[in-house]
Amino acid sequence: MSSDTAVSVMPKTRIPSNAEVLRTQRKERISLALRYLILGGVGLLMLYPLFWLLGASFKSNQEIFTTIWFLPRDLTRLLDFSAYYNGWMTRTEYTFATYFLNSFLIVIPRVIVTLISCTLVAYSFARFEYPGRKFLFSIMIGTMLLPPIVLRVPQYLMFKELGMIDSYWPLILPSAFAVDTFFTFLVVQFLRGTPRDMEEAAIIDGCNALQLLWHIVVPLLKPALISVALFQFIWTMNDFIGPLIYISTVEKYPVSLALKMSMDVSGEVEWANIIAISIVALLPSLTVFFLAQRYFIEGATSSGIKG
Amino acid sequence: MYESKRLGYLFVLPFILGILAFNLFPFAASFALSFTDYPLIGSPTYIGFENYEKMVFDDDLFWKSLTVTVSFALIVVPARLAVALFIAQVLNFKLRGINFFRAAYYLPTILGGSIAISVMWKFLFQQKGLVNIILDTVGIDPIPWLASERYAVWTIVALNTWQFGAAMVIFLAALQGVPKSLYEAAEIDGASFWQQFRNVTLPIITPVIFFNMIMQIVNCFQEFNAPFMITEGGPLYSTYFMALYIYDEAFKYFNMGYASALSWVLFFLIVGIAGVLFWSSKYWVFYSGEKERAR
Repeated sequence: MSSDTAVSVMPKTRIPSNAEVLRTQRKERISLALRYLILGGVGLLMLYPLFWLLGASFKSNQEIFTTIWFLPRDLTRLLDFSAYYNGWMTRTEYTFATYFLNSFLIVIPRVIVTLISCTLVAYSFARFEYPGRKFLFSIMIGTMLLPPIVLRVPQYLMFKELGMIDSYWPLILPSAFAVDTFFTFLVVQFLRGTPRDMEEAAIIDGCNALQLLWHIVVPLLKPALISVALFQFIWTMNDFIGPLIYISTVEKYPVSLALKMSMDVSGEVEWANIIAISIVALLPSLTVFFLAQRYFIEGATSSGIKG
Repeated sequence: MYESKRLGYLFVLPFILGILAFNLFPFAASFALSFTDYPLIGSPTYIGFENYEKMVFDDDLFWKSLTVTVSFALIVVPARLAVALFIAQVLNFKLRGINFFRAAYYLPTILGGSIAISVMWKFLFQQKGLVNIILDTVGIDPIPWLASERYAVWTIVALNTWQFGAAMVIFLAALQGVPKSLYEAAEIDGASFWQQFRNVTLPIITPVIFFNMIMQIVNCFQEFNAPFMITEGGPLYSTYFMALYIYDEAFKYFNMGYASALSWVLFFLIVGIAGVLFWSSKYWVFYSGEKERAR
């Protein structure tokens, strides 16, 4: 950073006059101020609705729909979590404890099988040589552009034949076969960028294929695998159309479907309840994002640039 | 060991099975089903091109949802890319707190797909929601966002533009990769900020613009959650996206044949647009190393 500044302020070719230095410095300062102004403004525009909704979860219906300021007029209301309690209890026979448990019963197995299958397949693509590898790899790239919507009907019929409707299998099983090609691609790209030295040394030392994979490759892949796990976690938590198609028993609903149901049955109730439970529904994803945002940004960046 | 073909095949085996069972087979089956009448009970009956004929000549709803989907994508894709590129350009500077801003702008992308955000978005655009309260303070009459045929789609456009983070992160990385020496050379030649952007930055990042454009198009044509939750396709089908129509035909009325035909039309639409983009890319996308030839 500091070397950049030095270069732009003082080109090596000639010595600039004092006035010139001052002018450049002033220009940079104005540019900086302008940038912060834009960033702050856009950031406020983007994030204020979220704060407003957070505040709305502590307001009465009447106050929600009249005030622009996000905090409730009566600040003691901030200590009143009844909207959260009511939202959590729902007006159905199950509470959100059930729905969160269901969500995790889908998300956790799915993340695990995704990690395993992606690692194996990416390892094969990035390190082995065999006839048909390039062809398979191009199929993988092709399916990234294949809209899932075209596959929904036959997939549904297939899972129906297999007797898996109204179970979590249709939501988890495909991931065990590395068909979330975006993730496999991400890991392949990462693995291609890492040197083979350690692996070659381990082969000479007599490691077998699985030992090599577990003791050398997986530790190398750790950052990429963390990205994959985080994205899969959030995308599966967010997934709505999958459960909507496959899950029909309320007892098995994940959070996303339960939210839709809360919205449908609420009718006249306090809006704060719905907003509160929506905020709670976002908490797992928010927590994961704030704890590990570096991995999200890196994952999102690498997928695009090297593609 | 890496020479072992057997091991290579062994590790890639799950992918081969998975892609066959969950992608290629359903893909072919969906094409076959689009020529059948299949109400889910009994077995599919072959009816030739009847589904497609019905769609084109006899189904106003198809044309409506096609128009809605295409015009939505025409607005959202450029809007998202423009905002993403603009913010990336602003962020591409020696800024303190760049990581904070990058994360803040990326946050909506992470959350935006969730049903919870759609639920809350609905509150923002209520007759007396935050958006109208703000309009009211600056003296604009409240707009019936969700109740009006004309405005409903804009709530979904807004939600989608709000999620520009993924494209922005990719743009930012590309901008940071533009060699500094090029800007220094341009500066010495007296190029203004706008000229630098137009003649140095833009050409160099065209591959990334192209990539983002393809990804966003594939993405936007399949928009489902927001119209399903926020506007429920209405009012008067003004937000009845193709994905919604396909869902209704397949899983509400169980017309599996017709739903398959609809989804193939959507597929061809996406492939067609992507194809045109790929074809046009040789005129406007520059890959480093072939710049001289292209000029």
